[in-house]
Amino acid sequence: MIDWHSWLFWPDSVALSVLALGMLVMLFLYAARQPVHGVIHSVCHLVTQSTRFLSRWLSLVAENMRVRNQTVLLAHGQESAATLIEREFERVGNIVRGDMQEYPALQRKLMEEVTRIEEDYRKSGEVPPPPPEWVTALESVSQLKSGGDVPRKLLEDISKSIQKIHDKTVAEYRRAYEDRHKILKGMQPAWRSVDKLMGDLDKKMVTLHGNAKQIDGHMAKYEGMRAKDNKAEHALTASAFVQLAISGLVMMIAMGGAFINYKLIALPMSEMVGASDYITNSLKTSDVAALVIILMEASMGLFLLESLRITQLFPRIASMDDRMRHRLMWAALIFLVILAAIESSLALMRDMLISDKAALMRDLASATPAAEEGWFTRIPMAGQMIMGFVLPFALAFVAIPLESTVHSLRTVIGVVLVQTIRGAAFVIRFIGVLFKRFAKVLELIYDIPIVIPIMIERWVLALRSSAGKSQVKNGSAS
Amino acid sequence: MKKFLLMVTILSGALGMSACGDSRSHSQAVYMLVDTSGTYAQEMGKAAKIINYLLATLNPGDSLAVAKVETRSFTEKDIVAKVTFDKRPSQATLQKRAFKAKIEAFAKEAKGSAYTDITGGLIQGAEYLNETNAGIKTIVIFSDMQEELGQGTVRDFPIKLDGIRIVALNVTKLRTDNADPRIYLDRLARWEERVRKAGASEWVVVNDLENNMESILKTR
Repeated sequence: MIDWHSWLFWPDSVALSVLALGMLVMLFLYAARQPVHGVIHSVCHLVTQSTRFLSRWLSLVAENMRVRNQTVLLAHGQESAATLIEREFERVGNIVRGDMQEYPALQRKLMEEVTRIEEDYRKSGEVPPPPPEWVTALESVSQLKSGGDVPRKLLEDISKSIQKIHDKTVAEYRRAYEDRHKILKGMQPAWRSVDKLMGDLDKKMVTLHGNAKQIDGHMAKYEGMRAKDNKAEHALTASAFVQLAISGLVMMIAMGGAFINYKLIALPMSEMVGASDYITNSLKTSDVAALVIILMEASMGLFLLESLRITQLFPRIASMDDRMRHRLMWAALIFLVILAAIESSLALMRDMLISDKAALMRDLASATPAAEEGWFTRIPMAGQMIMGFVLPFALAFVAIPLESTVHSLRTVIGVVLVQTIRGAAFVIRFIGVLFKRFAKVLELIYDIPIVIPIMIERWVLALRSSAGKSQVKNGSAS
Repeated sequence: MKKFLLMVTILSGALGMSACGDSRSHSQAVYMLVDTSGTYAQEMGKAAKIINYLLATLNPGDSLAVAKVETRSFTEKDIVAKVTFDKRPSQATLQKRAFKAKIEAFAKEAKGSAYTDITGGLIQGAEYLNETNAGIKTIVIFSDMQEELGQGTVRDFPIKLDGIRIVALNVTKLRTDNADPRIYLDRLARWEERVRKAGASEWVVVNDLENNMESILKTR
């Protein structure tokens, strides 16, 4: 323990000693004022400058990273958009190939139908009734000068013949109309056929129009990406976050499936690789073997989807020639089926091992044997076997969210990293600004204990300046 | 699930280490000494239950031997049954059934011996356990721990039980113990001191066979 009495000049009079010590300290502090202020200023300046430099460097790093991220993001976006456009063009091509290829035949058929309709139409034109012969006879009779019985008889005959002719003409006229109606009726299927053809054509044109619109949309996005448009970049970034969230969720579900799968085969695997072999203190070889089987299934699924060109994680597979790719696909599928069959049999073995162990436990406990099992007790076993066979195939599809995660994770990590570095740069810059102000604060704090000498100094300076002014005044007066 | 995730992360490293996987160090070996002397021979039913518990608890790859404590127990002839379970669970189950049958036959024919040579049984048990190279070695003594040596039997020398757990089971109180409990307590203390001096890793006494069976075996 420090004996503070040793600091006293006069141990008997503590107050006086403390006052003297205080005065000495004050004098020392006053004397050291300039250098201490200098040190405070220099240190704070050094910190401010360093933090400014560091902050600027971090900002530059963040900017470089952002640009790099943007380049990668846009390149990836362009690739995706190009693929989409390609697919749309493919669809359009298929429509054009499949439907428009028949267009000449369709046109010919349409023309034939139109010609038929025209002919029919011409045939159905109204035939004017023949001019009645009695009109000329009547004109002749009307020109006779003298009357008598002859004209009357004539007129009566004419009347009769007119009636006869009229009836005949009307009958013919009706028959002609009937024929025309028949022709028009015959035109109906032709009209319908034309209408149907036109409808089909219209539908195809609408589909084509829709595809063209989609292509336009994709092209607009693609152009935006090519032009390094901020809007396109933001859209891609947001899309990456959404993709990561969705694929993460699907991956979690897949992990759950893999865990169930693992539980199904971990116990029976001990029958194959031994139950008492350990890799580490708590890690059984059989457990690891079960996990290896599951990972192999996932890998085979990955290769299968790669060779089907559903995913594109391995460019080498995507760039393989079709024959080789098909071979790889079949190989992956065969391996997957074999692994699924192994898993299914392992699931069966699991059930047998559990039953066997349960029977042994009953024997050891000298309990009565279990009642005869009904068919329904086989349901879990069948369920396990089915699950054992199906889960590997379900697990194979994990390649799709995996690819999505791989692609979106880069963007997300990039964005998070840039924001973190920017945040760090801001915090460091803020600390720098604080230190700049802090120098003044520290100087003022230092001055507080030596306020009396400072006041004396100011008073002396003020006296000197007033004395100097009076001397100047006297000098100028003299 | 946690274990599953842990396995995924360390799988790559673990695969590299798979070549140096050690099954022996993770296995258990149990040598059970069953006292058949005097009135203790009547406790064979309880002993059979303990053996059944051991059979139910031991895993593939573990070893189990049951020996009787007789006038002179340092001999392989006193081993009633011994087995090292196959690594395959199905085979291990078959072995357990066969072992149980042997013990049942022994329980029916068990005859009481004149003397109780526990030390000889311990030395024999240590020898068997050391041969198994198991990670956890346990000698279970089903006895009242009252050693009575016949004439000419020499057991008053230091024995070696390095790294072996000693579990005394069903240490019944004798008539003299009831009269003076210090005799019982001194007997147990003496055995504890002796086995610890011999290098035993643990000394456990289990009398409550209904509720304290778990103490017999050490969990990994």
